[in-house]
Amino acid sequence: MIKAKNKLGLVFFPAFDWAISPTHPEREERLLYTQDQVFEEGIEDINGIKFYNPDMATVKDVERVHFCVPDVMTRVTQSHLISAGGAIKAAEMVMEKDVDKAFAIVRPPGHHAQRVVYGDRGFCIINIEAVMLENIRQRFGNKKIAIVDTDCHHGDGTQDIYWNDKDTLYISFHQDGRTLYPGTGFIDEFGGPSAIGYNINIPLPPETGEEGFLYVLDNLVIPILREYKPDIIVNSAGQDNHYTDPITNMKFTAHGYAELNHRLNPDIAVLEGGYSIEGALPYVNLGIILAMAGLDYSRVKEPDYDPEKLRQSHRITEYIKELCDKIYSCWRRKDDIQRETIKNKQYISRSRNIYYDTDGIRETQTQKFKVCPSCSGVNTIQSRSDLGYEIFAVSIPRDACKACIDEGYKMYEEASRGKYSKVYLQDKVNDVFMSK
Amino acid sequence: MIVGLDMGGTHVDAVLIDKGNIIDVAKTPTDHTNLFGSIWKTLNCLLKDKDISSIEHINLSTTISTNAIVEGKIAPVGMVIESGPGMDPSFLACGKENIFITGYVDHRGREIKPFNPEEIQEAVAKFRDKDIKACAVVAKFSIRNPMHEINISRLLDDEFSPVTMGHMLSGKLNFPRRVYTSYLNSAVYYVFKSFCESIRKAMKKENINVPVNVLKADGGTISLDAGQQYPVNTILSGPAASLMGALAFKPGDKDAVFLDIGGTTTDISFVADGISLFEPLGINISNYNTLVRAIYSVSIGLGGDSAIHVEDGEIEIGPRREGFPMALGGSVPTPSDAMIVLGLLDFGNKEQAVSAMKQIGDKLGLDVKGTSEYIYKKMGTMIKQEVNHILDEINSKPVYTVKELLYGKKLKPQYISAIGGPAKALAPLLEREFNLPCYVPENYEVANAIGAALAKTTAEVTVLADTAEGKLSVPEMGLYEKIDKNFTIYEAKQKALQLLKEKASAIGTIDKEFEAEITEESSFNMVRGFYTSGKNIRIRAQIRPGLLYELGGANND
Repeated sequence: MIKAKNKLGLVFFPAFDWAISPTHPEREERLLYTQDQVFEEGIEDINGIKFYNPDMATVKDVERVHFCVPDVMTRVTQSHLISAGGAIKAAEMVMEKDVDKAFAIVRPPGHHAQRVVYGDRGFCIINIEAVMLENIRQRFGNKKIAIVDTDCHHGDGTQDIYWNDKDTLYISFHQDGRTLYPGTGFIDEFGGPSAIGYNINIPLPPETGEEGFLYVLDNLVIPILREYKPDIIVNSAGQDNHYTDPITNMKFTAHGYAELNHRLNPDIAVLEGGYSIEGALPYVNLGIILAMAGLDYSRVKEPDYDPEKLRQSHRITEYIKELCDKIYSCWRRKDDIQRETIKNKQYISRSRNIYYDTDGIRETQTQKFKVCPSCSGVNTIQSRSDLGYEIFAVSIPRDACKACIDEGYKMYEEASRGKYSKVYLQDKVNDVFMSK
Repeated sequence: MIVGLDMGGTHVDAVLIDKGNIIDVAKTPTDHTNLFGSIWKTLNCLLKDKDISSIEHINLSTTISTNAIVEGKIAPVGMVIESGPGMDPSFLACGKENIFITGYVDHRGREIKPFNPEEIQEAVAKFRDKDIKACAVVAKFSIRNPMHEINISRLLDDEFSPVTMGHMLSGKLNFPRRVYTSYLNSAVYYVFKSFCESIRKAMKKENINVPVNVLKADGGTISLDAGQQYPVNTILSGPAASLMGALAFKPGDKDAVFLDIGGTTTDISFVADGISLFEPLGINISNYNTLVRAIYSVSIGLGGDSAIHVEDGEIEIGPRREGFPMALGGSVPTPSDAMIVLGLLDFGNKEQAVSAMKQIGDKLGLDVKGTSEYIYKKMGTMIKQEVNHILDEINSKPVYTVKELLYGKKLKPQYISAIGGPAKALAPLLEREFNLPCYVPENYEVANAIGAALAKTTAEVTVLADTAEGKLSVPEMGLYEKIDKNFTIYEAKQKALQLLKEKASAIGTIDKEFEAEITEESSFNMVRGFYTSGKNIRIRAQIRPGLLYELGGANND
């Protein structure tokens, strides 16, 4: 019997009875062929690989991360709670040392879900990685965590959630926002005032191939991770950089994903997007499973794999090299950039328009971060959506000082119910959530 | 009248049953040098002075295939393995000669790359060189499209026999298990065939002209002829026979725990709503995972004759047996000794049992009675812990739909049924420990033979339809045919039931046994672009495993 080098936990939950709509890419069939491949390869018989059922995330788990408008249960289905619960289960198995690594192959995905949630964006309602991380931080202590997002789309939700949190380094590889939804993820999106440099975007040109991805990993991502020294590495494992994906334009392969996972060596991987359900997912997921288990993945190949067709152009190679140099030098200068940005400011604000493509909702919001010398600073969100809601949310960060905690509660109390349809308080120090 | 015969490690038991009543039983010691002889001797003994003409059928539970595998007395096998992309297949090498060939069929049964006939010619030459007769051909995803296996086996048929094809053994996905199951089937083929021939010859000589069936690991039977073709299905039928036997005494449609408490081990099985629980994929034998459908049974190293030692001031029972109980002249104390001291068992020399308990008690500062009670109680606790642990595992088995995760059935035993030597002595203790009624059937010494006698024929078929491809596949029957684009899940179910009936009659089912059911059904819309391109339909149907009838009058209820 074959034995895995690393003990691997798989939370494989294809949710065969749930879809956004019958012909939506996020439908019942999405993980069917992955299951076929995983079963046919006999993965469940490998000594050291164990399958787990997901748990259900609770409303409290979601409220640690999001301000769902008007509330959590109005916005999420049980499938969303199971998907996030699957991620939590995976992380829990790793934290409790039941396994060395875990992979949550769950759906629906979550990395476009931002702090405020009016509805579905990019097939995401709650951010399953963030819900997972805040759950385990509550139970196992604050950890320094790096999230490496290899989905082809910019993980704007995860970026938003960890914008001002330097305990969570967010690195996203994605197809350049000028050519793909959600249109964000440029290199100057570098983190909030308390975490400048801890949000790193790597916008790659369309047609980037295996060579380009691995170059970025080896020459930019891994050096940064080495300097950051995270306690946990999470791979937000979207699979839509695959050359057969119907909604993107990259040239990545199953073998490339496995190789990337092997070199990145994450503790936890969580499935995000990827909609080439037949041509890519079975092979990419198998590759990642084998790589995480420390098994040979060199024979994982798509039926129509043709290295010649998938070679990236010289022009792209050169572009990526320059891009990596530029980003790396920003990372090295992050403290200077922070000083220049903050100067003597007491608050830093940013305003954004956010579009919920799946549900067709428009939101405008202003985030205001307090620049606090002793903590990450209490911060607020004022937001209005064209559904008619106007909300005010106060968030007290995990490392908040007493002054910021007090200020947060004071702002919550003083916010008038007359002016807003909902007012929220998220106190991450005491794990308290309130709304009025 | 029907005859059930169970060939166990120590005894061959046989039972004659008429309309739910046990007419006679016979028991002889197993002669390991002549297994067929032992069977025949027991049958002769049972059928002496009986009206042979009123026998309807004979069901055998035999360890022929099991022993051949466990003892390595198997034929050399030439394996042809088509693995396609995926895992490195080198770990699958299991025969005398393994040929890994190119070619590939994908998960929907589409041929991506044909196999190369030259590679098969090389395989033939190599098998010939090594004087190999038995072969097996196994391809990845062959249950979705068996054409590669079928065409390759045609190239081997003239020169080799048997040529086991992977898709015929099970409709379940699991390529490594398909390889091992096919390998074992070819490996035990000749041993089992010669056993079948001996039976036929002896039957003819004695002028007994009734169908003979063999028991399978799933608690069902197949005809001797069908068994001869796929002997791998007859491995490890012992736990199945014992569960079926116990079920005969305690029918009903509840959840329950079944314990077979022997001298060396305790086998734990379960029924859910009165139906035996199966291994999710198949049974494991000699470190080979197979696709052989089998009753779920966990064996723990705890029985009446388990060795007892004191480690760090604590009593350790099992997991090994180190000879007989001291009451029977052994040298190491056992739970049987404790139960003899407590008056719960009555055999051997009681004084020696007392000295066994004294030996343990001295180390713990307990008197003989206290020690015996402690050991007795500990045995119950150990069984309970193990059962609960297994129940947790079963109840957390992976599920794949929101509905199953939220509302799926959880197994919750309502009673215990225990058979085996120490069963009666342990029953009151188990009742207390589990807080459930515990039944011990009267004729438990021959429960396995009873189980064999009453077992019904079982069979399973899998129907896979892909309307976008316009193809339907029924792996266990080697069927691969065209279907209409409008083929529905209803038609797939009808097809499954009809094929199951055909298959059942081919393997020896009598009409009154035939009770078919659909065990799995799903239909996925396949969407390509923004249009539904077809349906992916998956159906599994089986003859409901169970008993021909329940035993009357012998229940201790």
